[in-house]
Amino acid sequence: MAKQVPLVEYLVLGDDPHLMAQECTGCGARYFDRRNACASCEGDQFTKVRIANEGILRAFTIVSMAAPGVPVPFVAGIIDCDGTSVRGNVVNVEPNPDNVSTGMKVRLTTFPIGTDDDGVEGIGFGFEPVG
Amino acid sequence: MAEDVWILGITMTKFGKHPDKDMVDLAAEAARGALSDAGVTMKDMGILAAGNLMNASAGIGQQLQKQIGQTGIPVYNVANACATGATALRTAVMAIKAGECDFGLAVGVEKLAGAGLLGAGGGSRSSGTHYEPSGRYGAVATTDGRIGTTTMPGTFAQIGMEYGHKYGGTSFELFAKISEKNHAHSTLNPLAAYTKKMSLEQIMGDVMIAYPNTRPMCSANCDGAAAAVVVSDSKLKTLSLEQRKRAVKIAASVLTTDPWQEACQILPDVNTLTRNAARQAYEQAGVGPEDLDLVELHDCFATAELVHYDNLMLCEEGGAVDFFNSGAPWRDGKTPVNVSGGLESKGHPIAATGIANIWEVCHHLRGEAGDRQIQGAKVGLAHVIGLGSACGVHILERSAA
Repeated sequence: MAKQVPLVEYLVLGDDPHLMAQECTGCGARYFDRRNACASCEGDQFTKVRIANEGILRAFTIVSMAAPGVPVPFVAGIIDCDGTSVRGNVVNVEPNPDNVSTGMKVRLTTFPIGTDDDGVEGIGFGFEPVG
Repeated sequence: MAEDVWILGITMTKFGKHPDKDMVDLAAEAARGALSDAGVTMKDMGILAAGNLMNASAGIGQQLQKQIGQTGIPVYNVANACATGATALRTAVMAIKAGECDFGLAVGVEKLAGAGLLGAGGGSRSSGTHYEPSGRYGAVATTDGRIGTTTMPGTFAQIGMEYGHKYGGTSFELFAKISEKNHAHSTLNPLAAYTKKMSLEQIMGDVMIAYPNTRPMCSANCDGAAAAVVVSDSKLKTLSLEQRKRAVKIAASVLTTDPWQEACQILPDVNTLTRNAARQAYEQAGVGPEDLDLVELHDCFATAELVHYDNLMLCEEGGAVDFFNSGAPWRDGKTPVNVSGGLESKGHPIAATGIANIWEVCHHLRGEAGDRQIQGAKVGLAHVIGLGSACGVHILERSAA
């Protein structure tokens, strides 16, 4: 199997793909990026926590106009994963307002986004409707 | 307690396409217009605060001085997203409140006609040929479009949808009706970039940008400038009766950023900082939302206007849909909102917007708004918000002189 890399570092690949956040040990605020300190409490100690793979779609848009090279239309959304908000596309669904609604249950899924010149496969993530 | 600050002169250029004028031409037109409106000159000014976002390193303030008057005063070039104009004004206000000078000039200018989609950066690199993690998320390729969207239309679409999820009652049609109102209002504003009334069918049938916002539901990229001369209360008392009559009191000048909230780094939280700014402004001015005769709020998208009814406390919490459906924000309603046509039709030359909104309010408070005059207007509020985020709220009061 080709070597794989995640699209972003907070996506963990393997048999059980999931997202990881950095949680402030002081106040519990969660972040997905490299941190200097906590924006909520100024603490500088973080621990890695696993984000729930299932969540509720809290907001979405269907993007029909995007930067060159970005395929449209696509559904962009904000998912409440058991109290942690996550940004991601809603995938494996027709991108029209009849098929997507806030409050719907979704779960994490991963898929290849392409292969680079060294044969490394990039893996992205999205959220698909449950059931 | 620092003394009150007044707007002595204020103006905006026509918003739209100005292919024959560069950024300095537009800024000069607005600045000289404001000075003339105030009955003063550059020699009177003690500070110049100049806002421009898309060309923020150009030093627009000094470029402007070289065309309209180099008097050696301090220049503050400011850039603060869509709150740039409001920030420039507030910079001049603060200088007067600090006792450093009696007169200040604030200018905001932008050349944006023909600019496309804003905010479509998002990625750490373009889709490359070698996947190497970079940036704060260690991304190996462009993330916009792959991990949601950070474009402006998409972001504000989600903000409106989130409000609907929380409180219910929203629909594509409801958001389109907000746009219908603003386009109807624009027909009375000769300085608006677009002054065509649009039917609900036209709005809903237009090109979809980011559901539920179609093109006429998005702010119009265009060129424009606006400028204001501000003066201390003590200096104003020495000026002519005519100047004192037309002066507009800045009853509140507030700038906020977003305090940390869960999710605020995932989907920008435009609500908390706007609510905070509004609360501070009402307290400073000693007025409440029920006292407002008109409001110019930041309808960068139709979906944004809805949430700001609530954030500015023009309605009960969660009651924005009912507020709109009651007819309240129409120009003949209880609290007229965006009688200028709003950013959706007047246009949104970013750095000019935060002063142009104040010009619109002043125009009514002075009783000079012609066909679109809100009769007897005494108090008005102007609101802008830029993602990142920054929120400016100003409350203006008619002079008693």
